[in-house]
This record gives sequence, C-alpha cells and structure tokens, in this order.
Amino acid sequence: MLLTRLKAGGPAIAKQGILVAFILFMIVFSLASDRFLSMDNVMSVLRQSAIIGVMALGVTVVVIGGNLDLSVGSMLSFATVLVVDLHDKIGPEMAIPVMVFATLCLGAINGFLIGFLRLNSLIVTLGMLSAIQGLVLIYSGGQNVDIVDQSGTWFRFFGRGAILGIATPIIIFALLALIIHVVMSMTPFGRKVYAVGGNPTASVFSGIPRSRVVFATYLISALCVAVAAIILGSRVMGSQNNVGQGYELQVLAAVILGGTSLLGGSGSIIRTVLGVLMLAFIQNGLILMGQPYYTQWLVTWAVIIIAVWLDVAAKRGRLFSPIA
Amino acid sequence: MTETTTQPALRLQDIVKTFPGVRALDGVSFEVMPGEVHALLGENGAGKSTLMKVLAGMYQPDEGLIFIGGGQVRVANPMEAKAQGIVLIHQELSLAPEMSAAENIYLGELPCKSFGRVDWKALYARSNAILERLRCRFRADALVADLSIANQQMVEIARALTVDARVVIFDEPTASLTDAEKVVLFDIITDLKAQGVGIVYISHRMDEIFTLSDRITVLRDGAYRGTLTTAETDEDAVTRLMIGRSLDLSQRVAAGEVGEVVLEARGLSCAPLYEDVSFQVRAGEVVGFYGLVGAGRTEIAETLFGLRTPNAGTILIDGKEVTIGSPQDAIRLGISLVPENRKEQGLVLGMNCRDNMTLPQVGDLTTGPFVSGGAEVSIFDQYRDRLAIKTPSWRQPVGFLSGGNQQKIVIGKWLSMQPRVLIVDEPTRGIDVGSKSEIHNLIRQLAGQGYAVIVISSEMPEVLHVADRIVAMYHGRVMRSFNAGEVTEDSLVQAISGIGNGKAA
Repeated sequence: MLLTRLKAGGPAIAKQGILVAFILFMIVFSLASDRFLSMDNVMSVLRQSAIIGVMALGVTVVVIGGNLDLSVGSMLSFATVLVVDLHDKIGPEMAIPVMVFATLCLGAINGFLIGFLRLNSLIVTLGMLSAIQGLVLIYSGGQNVDIVDQSGTWFRFFGRGAILGIATPIIIFALLALIIHVVMSMTPFGRKVYAVGGNPTASVFSGIPRSRVVFATYLISALCVAVAAIILGSRVMGSQNNVGQGYELQVLAAVILGGTSLLGGSGSIIRTVLGVLMLAFIQNGLILMGQPYYTQWLVTWAVIIIAVWLDVAAKRGRLFSPIA
Repeated sequence: MTETTTQPALRLQDIVKTFPGVRALDGVSFEVMPGEVHALLGENGAGKSTLMKVLAGMYQPDEGLIFIGGGQVRVANPMEAKAQGIVLIHQELSLAPEMSAAENIYLGELPCKSFGRVDWKALYARSNAILERLRCRFRADALVADLSIANQQMVEIARALTVDARVVIFDEPTASLTDAEKVVLFDIITDLKAQGVGIVYISHRMDEIFTLSDRITVLRDGAYRGTLTTAETDEDAVTRLMIGRSLDLSQRVAAGEVGEVVLEARGLSCAPLYEDVSFQVRAGEVVGFYGLVGAGRTEIAETLFGLRTPNAGTILIDGKEVTIGSPQDAIRLGISLVPENRKEQGLVLGMNCRDNMTLPQVGDLTTGPFVSGGAEVSIFDQYRDRLAIKTPSWRQPVGFLSGGNQQKIVIGKWLSMQPRVLIVDEPTRGIDVGSKSEIHNLIRQLAGQGYAVIVISSEMPEVLHVADRIVAMYHGRVMRSFNAGEVTEDSLVQAISGIGNGKAA
C-alpha cells in the first residue's frame, strides 16, 4: 500500500525525505543549543524566513509551469527601493499600489518574452536580473533611500507589526501560502499550470492557452515579489540598491529543497514552505552553534545536493545509476 | 525443447521482477540458441521491455538466473552486458546526433594512439568496413544528424557489430523503416544468424515475425505463455496465445445511418505541406485519409484543429464557413483531434488518468472557483466503462498505462467533450494487436453513434477495416477518393505512391 503510493508519486519520497531530514536537523540543533527551540527563536526564524518564503511561493508556481525565474532578487531590490522612496513622496497608500503595478509590469515583460515569444526562461530572467539591477540604479541615482518618519507611519505594520502576538510577516507568508496552495491544487488555473509544465505540447493539443498560462505564472511571481518588498521595506524602513542581491538563489534553493522538479509539472506549495523553513532553521541553528554565518552556505549546498540526489535516486530506484 | 546438443547462447530461467505494486515479470523463462532468431511477442505491458532491460543490465531481477553460453552470470549494468556479448538495439535511437557515424559506432571505445589521442584513420577505416558489411550507402564521417532515421538505425546496428556479439536484441526495429530498408535489415539479421549469433526479435508485426523467426515466445501480463516453433504454427495460434482469444480482423461493426455533411473543406491549402484539398465528412461515417508519411495528412488534421493557418481555401461546419484560429476555436466548433504522437502530444504522462481526461474542460467542471473532483471522477468513470480502460484507479499516472489504454484515455478525453467531428491520427501506432482491434471497433461504433470521424492511417488494413470512404493522398494532394465497397488494394497503392511501392496487407 505504502509502496504503491511511493511508486505512483515519485516526489512523495522526496517529500518524506525532506520531512525526515528536517526533523533530524531540528533534533540535532535543539540538543546543541537550548535556545534553538525557544519560542522567541522560532518566531524570529519564521519572521526572517517570510521574505524568502513569499518569493519562493511565486517561483514555485513558475517552476511547476516548466520555467525558471532568476530575476526575483533584483526585482525585490527594485520593488523595495520604489516603495520606500515613494512612501515619503506620495504616501504609503499610493506608494504600495504604484509599486505593485510597476513590479507586475516587470513580471509581464518576463511573461511576454517567455510565454508568448517562447524564449528560454533561464536566459530571459538572467538578463532581467541584471537589467532590473540597472533600472534600480538609474531610478535611485545610486543613493540609498530611507523613510523619514519611521515610527509614525502605518506602513510599519507589515514588517514590524503583529497580530495576536504573531509577527505580521509570518501571517502574510502563511496566508499567501494558503491562497496559492489552494489556487494551485484546487482551481482550473492550477491544473493548467501543472499540465503546461508537465507537457507543453500536449497542453496545446488539449486546447490550453499555453502562452497565457506561462504569462500568468510570471505575474504571480512578480506579485509575490511585490508582497515581499512591502514586508522588507516596512521592516528596514529604507532600502539599499542591491538589497535583494542573491535572494534568487536562496529562493530557488528552497524550491528545490521542497522537491519541486526543475523539469516542471510537479511540485507543491506546501513542500516549498517546508523547504523555506528548513533552510531558515539550518541557517539559524548554525549561528546559534557559534559557527560563522558563511558556513551556512556550505551546509545549505550540501543539504540541497543530498536532497536532489535522494529525489532522483527515488525515481531511478537506486542510489547510483549509469542511466537516467 | 529443441533437439540440439549445443548450449543456448542465452538462457533466462524463472526471472521475477517486481516494481512497487506491479509484478512486471512473473517467472519468465526464455532461451536463444546460437544462430536462431527467436521472436518475443506480447501485448504492450506484457513485460517484453522489462525482460530486455533485465538482459541488458538496466534492471536487476529479483529472482531467477541468467546463463550466457552455458555459464551463469550476473549482469549488473549495461557495460557488463556488452562485455558478455549481449547487445540491445533500442526502439528509440540513442545516438549523439552532432557526432559522426564513426564516433557513434565506437563511442566509449574509440581507437587510440599515444597520449590518448584518437586514431582517426583507424576509426574511419574500421567504421567504413562495418558500414560496408551492412551495405550502407553513407560514409563513416557523415554526421548522424544528417542521416535519415533508417540510416541512423544502421549506425546503431553497426555499433552492435563492433563487439563480438553473442546475442543481439532488436526491439521493434522496423517501426521507422521503409520496405526497401526492411529488406536490408532482414538480410543483416540473416547474416548474423549465419555467423551463429543468437537473435531476439521483438515486434508487433506478424508478417515480419513469420518471415524471420525460428521460434516464437509469447508473454502475457508478465508471465510466460508458451514457445511455438514458427514453421509449425500460424498467426491465429500466436494471437490466441497473446491475447487469450481469437481475432477476426474482417468482422466490422456496422455503422449507422449516414447523415448530413458536418465538415467540409474546399480547396484547402497550406503550401508547401498540402494544396487544394477538398473533402466532406458526414455524420455517421468514417473517412480514412491514407497515404505515406509526409503526404500532408497530419498537417490537414492540424489545420482543422486550429494549429496551422491555411493560406487558401475554406472550412465549413454544417455548411457555414468558419475560421479556426486556435485549438480553443476548434473545440468550440466541436472538432477534436486525437494526435499522432500519444506521449508527446496526447498526454501529460506524469498526470493521473482522470486529470488527463478532463484537461480540455477542466475550466468548466467547477463549483465556485474550484475544480469539482466529483464531477471529474464521474466523467472518468463513465468513459473508463464505455471504453473499457484498464487502470487500477483514476489516480494512476497515465505514463504507467499500456499504449492501448493510454490511447483510450486520449479518445475518452475528446469524447467527453461531446464533439461532432473526431479526427484520429494513426490511432493504433505502437499498440498491440488486441487493443488495436478494440480501437478499430470503437471507431466504428462512434460513427454509428453519429459522430463524423476522420481516421488518418499509414496502414492499409486499418483504413480498409474502419473507413467508409478513403481519401488517398500523395505529396500533399488528394489523388483519389474511394468508397469502401469498391476499393482494391492495388488501386489504393497506385493512388498513394508515384513509385508503385506498396505493402501487402
């Protein structure tokens, strides 16, 4: 019975594997540091993971649709600089919609090039990664931006506020994860994204407007970046020009760790959340154990390699294989 | 079994291989004598491929023994299989297209000079020698990507001949060959046989098996069903063993009343693929499009389904001119296409059966904003029963089904859309004999229920069996139309070929 289920859903093994690894890490770290599982620490890890997490939700949708999005890092820089800069110029109630619209436009460029012109997503979004970074510098003139009245604005609620004692970023992350999970697993749109990622040709032959579906996945990704930018801008109350640099790789790491196949057509939002949390707790645990912060990169790398290995091994039925 | 004192070149004894939930091979025994052509037959999903993968070292059997030349061996990986003299010629070619034929032939063991430099002279000389032996007309320095599919297959066979092969396994080798190329292939097999090589020949085609083989072993549902000596048996006996019952291809389900013209094309052109094509399809009839590969038939189907834009001519539905700009338009007009290539165009293999079947209409099967799983399951159940689809559950990923059942999922997908016109492109390609006749009968039944059906096929028995009218095409043009009653094989063959190259039914 269990075996049948594993066979039927190759990634199911990866899911269990991640869960097991996650629990193991939690046990090891909690033994090594008594602060690790304290309420304070857990809450702070969750809060810090929200930005990567929110972005990873959107990227998961793109990846399930069979594409990549490497532009989310510099898109986050763009969105954060924009919302923080506009905050003092036109007020937060206008700054947020303007920023969301501008970010969606960037997503629409990705979506148009990849969905309608059918260009390779790796090349397009890698190009966008540097193009948007350039755009940010042109916009800001290289100056970092700050919000002047940091304690008086209601904008502080998104990054620094709390509801019933739970930090707002955690709530935003959880809610957005739930919404996107429902969209992906229960709506016709979600089904179409899985179909397009699983077999784009067969999707076209089934009357699915493939280009529009791919376009929409990039809008979702951009929307998630916009939400992440609100959290980040509100938390920092300012922004450097390159604040999102390197985020794309952490986001992608979380998505891969969650077992979403880069080939498209499979994966899940909930598993990505698991991947995000795992990365966040590993990084936090290493710091609590007194390791310098850069060791987290090595450990993260090793964890991802092992996760990917176990995933493909599960599909192939053995650990070492000369054939795919 | 055979009266000979020589050891079998290869013997498998009681091989068991299970995958989670499936017993793919259940105690299968099989042997090939040196110099024997032993055909392996079975419906899709009978375990032929699994058995071959066990032989080639890609899978490890759970139980059972493998003997090569009398000695027991363990084949841990494909390299070992090759070292033991077992060579598998794949159904799907596994060549590096951007390399020369010679490099592909000796891939992995290029002749070397000092410092690991490739000895190109020796490489080409040896490769050319092998290609000559195979009577190939191309040279060893030809780029594989530039070769025809048939010649690529020759490269694959040449590769097999570089090792001192004891057993060569051919997996559906003629699927993409022309008749002339088949003759060459059969000569090669005869040569190998004369050299004492044991041949395992896997094919769906009865005529080939009866031409070539000495013995026939039949698998069904992963189990051994028997071995027959070819000279002492006939197609009927083999078919019975294979599907557990007898088949009569000549029986044909009568269609119902032929009604009004549903679909009509007038002077439709999509140059240079096809030009000036006109035809009518009525409710309740099956129109067969017969011709060679590349005659433009698939392209016509794609035009009707909104995947290609015609550059002249009109399409009429119920006598009214329509524009079909996208598959969505076609679906709205009641046109459905069961495409030629099931795995690439018809199905999302990783998705389950139900989701594949409801894919075109998933946007309509909703309660509020959500997909109604219940509505989907009821559609799936309805067409599973109607089409007799064999699957343990709707949750099964469609990639795990046999070819025939996969095709039924695609057909079910379109029937559930209640189409008026059903276009079926090569409905039984790569499908075993049992499912084949089931699908033929199904097509007849659908016409009987009032659908206007177009069947595109390269197999003459198929069009003769299912079609009420046959449109013969050659090089993008309609040569002639026939009524099923008055057509002869000769006239059909003449119509579809400028060169008079026909295959006996």
